[in-house]
Amino acid sequence: MSKLVQALNSARVRGWLYQALFVSGTLAVGWYLVSNTLTNLSKRGVATGFGFLNREAGFEIGESLLTYAASDTYLKAMVVGLLNTLTVSAVAIVLASILGIVIGVARLSSNWMVGRFAAVFVETVRNVPLLLQLVVWYTIMNRLPSPREALEVVPHVFLSNRGLKFPTFVEHAGHGWAFLALILGIVGAVLVVRYGRKHRETTGKPFPTLPLALASVVLPPVAVFVGSGAPFAFDVPVLAGFNFEGGAAVTPEFTALLIGLSVYTAGFIAEIVRSGILAVPHGQTEAGLALGLSPAHILRLIILPQALRVIVPPLTSQYLNLTKNSSLAVAIGYPDLVSVTNTSANQTGQVVEAVAMMMAVYLIISLCIAGFMNWYNRKVALVTR
Amino acid sequence: MISKLQAAALAAVVTLPLALTGTAQAGATFDGVKQKGYVQCGVNLGLYGFSAPDDKGKWTGLDVDVCRAVAAAMFGDSEKVKYTPLSAQQRLPALQSGEIDLLARNTTRTLSRDTANGLNFAPTNYYDGQGFMVSAKLGLKSAKQLNGATVCVLPGTTTEQNVADFFRANKMNFKPVVIEKNEELHKAFFSGRCDALTSDASQLAAIRAAETQNPNDYLILPELISKEPLSPAIRQGDDEWANLVTWAFFAMVQAEEKGITSENVDASMTSPDPDVKRLLGVTAGNGKALGVEENWAYTIIKQVGNYAQSFERNVGAGSKLKMPRGQNALYTEGGLMYAPPLK
Repeated sequence: MSKLVQALNSARVRGWLYQALFVSGTLAVGWYLVSNTLTNLSKRGVATGFGFLNREAGFEIGESLLTYAASDTYLKAMVVGLLNTLTVSAVAIVLASILGIVIGVARLSSNWMVGRFAAVFVETVRNVPLLLQLVVWYTIMNRLPSPREALEVVPHVFLSNRGLKFPTFVEHAGHGWAFLALILGIVGAVLVVRYGRKHRETTGKPFPTLPLALASVVLPPVAVFVGSGAPFAFDVPVLAGFNFEGGAAVTPEFTALLIGLSVYTAGFIAEIVRSGILAVPHGQTEAGLALGLSPAHILRLIILPQALRVIVPPLTSQYLNLTKNSSLAVAIGYPDLVSVTNTSANQTGQVVEAVAMMMAVYLIISLCIAGFMNWYNRKVALVTR
Repeated sequence: MISKLQAAALAAVVTLPLALTGTAQAGATFDGVKQKGYVQCGVNLGLYGFSAPDDKGKWTGLDVDVCRAVAAAMFGDSEKVKYTPLSAQQRLPALQSGEIDLLARNTTRTLSRDTANGLNFAPTNYYDGQGFMVSAKLGLKSAKQLNGATVCVLPGTTTEQNVADFFRANKMNFKPVVIEKNEELHKAFFSGRCDALTSDASQLAAIRAAETQNPNDYLILPELISKEPLSPAIRQGDDEWANLVTWAFFAMVQAEEKGITSENVDASMTSPDPDVKRLLGVTAGNGKALGVEENWAYTIIKQVGNYAQSFERNVGAGSKLKMPRGQNALYTEGGLMYAPPLK
């Protein structure tokens, strides 16, 4: 008996006991919720299971990277929605980062005008709810002229309330090879950059990295393209009936969502960048000036590498926010994952399954982004030797 | 030592599942409603003519009148209703989960909702069909001229599937713009983002009446591309409740057929017509069979009115919608409204 009391008094044993209780408690609650849902659904005669994914969807989707028709399955429809979510998130992450860095640096500018302007931008965009901003951008997009009175920005590129219509290349076998050459060129460029860094570190002499890398990216695809007889034909948009036919289009919904997400997130990123730069002691800048480096060099070679260590972790959560915020697309008609899944859930009535799938997909996307950013964070983190 | 906080947390974790198991399922809906003293009715967030709060915040509309009729039959008071405004997506789960007792929210009766979704439907209270509204400037005469059009659609209904079916059947193409919020969807249509707006014809008329300065600038094309029998719904598994909802509505239709209105219902109590006597409870029997007072139908007619009164007040000549009776006229006048004998 006294042994038992003794064991219970040991911090280690008690710790284990609490953890075991907590884990089993959590599992019990989870199990209860799932089984309760299932029994009640079947008690009320509501169909369950994922069999509906293989049935014909029967609804159209406004824009799609894959060829999709109403006769495809619910699963395919959801994949189309997922790709739309990924597209807008990926492009918006790039745009928001660029805009955010520019604004963040601008806010620290010694030029009064530039600094004030950046401050006003940041305070406006991050203090107005995103949904409102999206609606504003979408309303602006819809105020553009109708297709029949479309603005011809440059020849064969039309801007109307149906979006931006532009010509595309007519596909040709030569394009595929040129694309392959481009990928090989990019690989080559990466190798050049690596060699250049090594060369500089070992010999201390400069190496013409930039021109060589550029040449590696540009020359091979151009050579292949010309070599295959420069197949060059355009699919030009032409006004036919209600809308333009031919060419490709960026829809107002996509544009509004892209601008809205990028601008909103850029406001937060700008503040993160600013705090990162301010975290680097001013002495570093002075040291750089004393060495005779230009302000641009100081920013690129001294400040940013150190600031990144502060910037990357909060930046990750902004990227995650942006991706999840893209689900506000339903409000302005961009067919993202949530929009398509909502429709599927409604037509089949299997709301629990559909919502569970959506949650799982967002979780996976977020974990992937977080995983990548953590890897990047470890790379830029201070290496102590 | 276990601190008090830790002990409390432990106790919560252990007892929570036990506490939850207690709340598995309530009794039958009919008894539940009777006990609560009011009907929890799921309605539209705001669809003019069907269910929308008026300028005093009181819910009115054709669907709302179904809720009121059921409350009148059950409690002798048509005001004993609590309204739950629901989006298209929320409505079925709200009914399935028992959050509401009755769903009167312009819901189309379909086979899959009747079966896989575990619902039962009361008689159709409005026969509708999906149509297209276009700008009159386009000069269109028929929905078959819509090839290549961009169409604004509200999600969460059978609407998206119907429009895809129509275009597929006629070998035409279209681009949908699917927006969840009504206001944004209508703005997109009226600003010209879409060539056509599709929805149930009654809703198109409601939108046109409420949101345009000159309703004649917009045209509702003649084709109705679907059958939309809008019907109140209840959960499966309570036949008593289903009976009451069904016959509360039929009583309104029967009253119209017999020419009994909220104004002349008191005078009709002395009518020699045996059908009227049974309807108004002068001859007893119907009330007992349904489990309510014998004057249940009298109360409905007195407080809510007959079907014609409800129709004209909410969507017909007495409203901004000015919808014709059409399919919703009595069978004696070429419509589909037909009440089986109340005996």
